[in-house]
Amino acid sequence: MSKRIVIPFGPQHPVLPEPIHLDLVLEDETVVEAIPSIGYIHRGLERLIEKREFTEYVYVAERICGICSFMHAVCYSQGIEEIMKIEVPDRAHYLRTIWSECSRLHSHLLWLGLFADGMGFENLFMRSWRLRESVLDVLEDTSGGRVIQGTCKVGGVRRDIGAEKLAEMHRALDPFEEQCRDLGDVFLNDDTVKYRLQGLGVVGKDEAYALGAVGPTARASGVAMDHRETGYAAYGDLGFKPVVETTGDCYARCAVRVKEVYASIDLIRRAIDQIPEGPLDVKVKGTPDGEYFSRVEQPRGEVIHYLRGNGTKHLTRARIRTPTLANIPILVKMLPNAQLADVPVVVLSIDPCISCTER
Amino acid sequence: MGFFAMTKTVLRNLAGGPATRQYPVVPARTSALTRGHIAFDPATCRSCGLCSRRCPCEAIRIEKEEKVWEINRMRCVACGDCVEGCPFGSLTMERDYLPPVVEHVVEHHTITYVKPEKPEKKPKEESAGESA
Repeated sequence: MSKRIVIPFGPQHPVLPEPIHLDLVLEDETVVEAIPSIGYIHRGLERLIEKREFTEYVYVAERICGICSFMHAVCYSQGIEEIMKIEVPDRAHYLRTIWSECSRLHSHLLWLGLFADGMGFENLFMRSWRLRESVLDVLEDTSGGRVIQGTCKVGGVRRDIGAEKLAEMHRALDPFEEQCRDLGDVFLNDDTVKYRLQGLGVVGKDEAYALGAVGPTARASGVAMDHRETGYAAYGDLGFKPVVETTGDCYARCAVRVKEVYASIDLIRRAIDQIPEGPLDVKVKGTPDGEYFSRVEQPRGEVIHYLRGNGTKHLTRARIRTPTLANIPILVKMLPNAQLADVPVVVLSIDPCISCTER
Repeated sequence: MGFFAMTKTVLRNLAGGPATRQYPVVPARTSALTRGHIAFDPATCRSCGLCSRRCPCEAIRIEKEEKVWEINRMRCVACGDCVEGCPFGSLTMERDYLPPVVEHVVEHHTITYVKPEKPEKKPKEESAGESA
């Protein structure tokens, strides 16, 4: 047995957009063990719920994450609506779905770019981000913000998307899908990408399930678990099917996300076709008294907002379990036996979002 | 995978030109809804204080007696909740972003709204009623 050494990976590392620290125990170039530590950007957003009114906290919830911001707002609003028994209008559900799927599109395209950059394919990185930019433009045109939409509120949505804009979005989907398929083709079929990713960081189905993995990370290992199947917002009407791969390696995790991009485009198309006319919101009367576990499928997996109110306008407790926190145990399982040079790719393959994780 | 798979993309990029823009020279892209910054109209503000109560990040402060309306631009996240909540239309969301600054500067505005003198009418009507 050769001598073991420990190499610190992060919190500042070229492939990491956000700070997570891993102590890598190496034997020569092979990883034997990885010890993660987080806690570099804790902001205390859960505690802030005691200081902000429950209707105001939507803006705070949205700022938990810089990528899946809209879905945090949806998850939080859904929780309050369940506690207060508010019936949200159908059009608001559809608009929430459209914005959620746009967020998923831009999140996945961002990740595909970062992943391509992580494995050294810079051309593909720029290509992905160029496509992402057109999604951000649509988000800005419809909501006023590129990444923080600010359109979700307790009881509905704050803005409408006009019929003209919806038609324009629908028309733009076909050429956009064609470009995404050109991009996805490189990720799925290019030999260089395959050599780099196949058989790397393999996790089996049972292990992924036992470790509580969520989102694309779990689905790449064959766990067909997607919260959109339960039909929250308008997903129940859109005939959603989760994307599942079975090999459980980095290539499968990449493939799941590429195929989810296509699925999202499809969902947006169907949502625009079926969107009903009607009011955007209902007036919120009273204060929340009770508790609820609200769950929403984010680009990285399932997010949970636990909310508890005592009949005043300030909630007493919020607990937010974000998908990256659930995916760290499986990451620790993926790293042993990987080469040191492959560590960045394996770490990126779970799509870590540390700001979310530490709230 | 076949050879030259990215040729189509490369040709499209060559014909389409760069995706980026020379930012300070060419202004950033905005839309009609872009939340750039909050603008305040001191002539219509009636010091109700709803904006400062609604603000999720406590960026707005209002002093009724001194007729002062303040906003800390570094705290403001441009969510637009104050604009929605203002009953008098004194706040508007402008689409252009403010230039970057290096320190917390609190912007002061003096409220110039003058309450129209309405109550004078009443005694006249009463006296008219009495005379009739």
